[in-house]
Amino acid sequence: MMGQPLHIGFIPLVDAAALIVAVDKGFTAAEGLDVTLVREVSWSNVRDKLNIGLFDAAHLLAPVAVASSLGLGHVKVPIAVPFTLNLNGNAITVSPALHEQIAAHLDGEIANPLATARALARVVAARRASGAEPLTFGMTFPFSTHNYQLRFWMAAGGVDPDEDVRLVVLPPPFMVDSLANGHVDGFCVGAPWNAVAVDRGIGQILHFGPDILTSAVEKVLAVRGRWAEEQPDTLAALVRAHQKAADFIEEPGNRDEVSAMLARPDRVDADAGIIHSVLAGRLAMVKGGPVRESSNFMSFGRNGAARPDPTQAAWLYAQMARWGQAPVSPEALKIAKAVFRPDLYDAALGRQAAPASTGDPIGAFAGPVFDPANIAAHLAAFEIANMRG
Amino acid sequence: MGAESSPKIVIVDESPIRAAILEEGLREAGYVDVQHIREMHNLLARIYALDPDVIVIDLENPSRDVLEQMFQVSRAVRRPVAMFVDQSDSESARASVDAGVSSYIVDGLKKERIKPILDLCISRFNAFSKLQDELERTKSALEDRKIIDRAKGIVMKLKGLTEEEAYVLLRSTAMREKKKIGDIAQSIITAAELLK
Repeated sequence: MMGQPLHIGFIPLVDAAALIVAVDKGFTAAEGLDVTLVREVSWSNVRDKLNIGLFDAAHLLAPVAVASSLGLGHVKVPIAVPFTLNLNGNAITVSPALHEQIAAHLDGEIANPLATARALARVVAARRASGAEPLTFGMTFPFSTHNYQLRFWMAAGGVDPDEDVRLVVLPPPFMVDSLANGHVDGFCVGAPWNAVAVDRGIGQILHFGPDILTSAVEKVLAVRGRWAEEQPDTLAALVRAHQKAADFIEEPGNRDEVSAMLARPDRVDADAGIIHSVLAGRLAMVKGGPVRESSNFMSFGRNGAARPDPTQAAWLYAQMARWGQAPVSPEALKIAKAVFRPDLYDAALGRQAAPASTGDPIGAFAGPVFDPANIAAHLAAFEIANMRG
Repeated sequence: MGAESSPKIVIVDESPIRAAILEEGLREAGYVDVQHIREMHNLLARIYALDPDVIVIDLENPSRDVLEQMFQVSRAVRRPVAMFVDQSDSESARASVDAGVSSYIVDGLKKERIKPILDLCISRFNAFSKLQDELERTKSALEDRKIIDRAKGIVMKLKGLTEEEAYVLLRSTAMREKKKIGDIAQSIITAAELLK
């Protein structure tokens, strides 16, 4: 029996797991969907092909969904997010040389991001005094959590990300080589690339993403807003298949199967062993060093993680405003929050609408508690920012 | 850039042949200032050094994301750039993606001046794909001929046929089984190797 044909784009990263498992494990077929996964080489391609309708849905950086809906940087296309593919999963990795410099300037624990950010500020000052080139950090896209996590971390220690260092966009597959050849001194990227850098002995993980933000939305399942309206049944089927996949991935007994599924050359094309350690949240910070374990390293659907949370969208929008990518306006905030659609998620799974989340779901390591109701005041509390106007 | 002078165009493409086809097309159309970047390392610095008005990049290139950084208003960016998409014309955006090319322009360059450049890029990219397909077909036709010749030799030897009779047998078998003659020839070779 042929199901409804859908084309879904993805970037070869471990956080495409729910999408890949939904298709390759047959959960989408069981829902009557005939999904063709299309592997892409750039986020720009994924975004553009989703925008013009070549893709029905896509594995997308959460901030890109918000940026597209606001028309930042390119064409304005309203996007709907009915499912969060994962929370967290990134890490900040630095070269052994920068790790040594940070350690030398450290006043506190190396595991404490505030201490390392302050040490980074001292490294930056020392380099400036000696006339050395500014440090360069790689991230994956201007509208990416990687960009915002790096900025949040270093700014907390007094480093202005636009003045004191260089932030450059690098495609994830080029990240490790760029660190090896000295093109960058560090980066923030998703799995498996931090583990690959450690495995090659050319990088040391400084912080797991959750050290910076306890729970940060990372990749989402994105569709065009209009498509969501026109195809409610297909969308619901897609969400159900993804929920089954996320539940499957979360079961520790399935990790071998999931790792092998993701490792295939036409999927993530990475070492199954490394993928396994990423899924388990057990990573060596330095080659041959002790393994650090974090149950929060990356989560798929656990504790309601798959349900889109508009407060997360508001936080992403606040970062865009803080760093001059978006104006501060109540209308823009409203549009940003409306991109994340818990209603579509609840409808698909036949769940009662849950009350809106209260409190601060982000859990940043520094700065005031996030207040989506008053973004201007929230941002005013940060010393370093680069706001428009 | 003067209002009437030719805009400076930079082609970012790791394929030298495709870049050459595009460059030739642009020059023929009167765009004399065309440069090609093949090396993706330090791409932004290379682009800034050339200081183009228009940047053309192929969609197979992961470094497309690097160009997105140029949309940002920040100190790292010399001249803000926008992707060339005509919001009123989704057909052209689609044609561009189908052809596998994307164009970026610096702020201030008029749409009317960019459209012909983009159209030319699309047609040259499509021409390149066609050329590549033809090359593939020629290659596989050559490959088929080699296989058919070997299979003919086997049939001639085993059944004592002339070359023409062997070919007729292969062709009629292919027609009867609704398969390609190359596939039939390949099965004969495989069978002969198995039965050696």
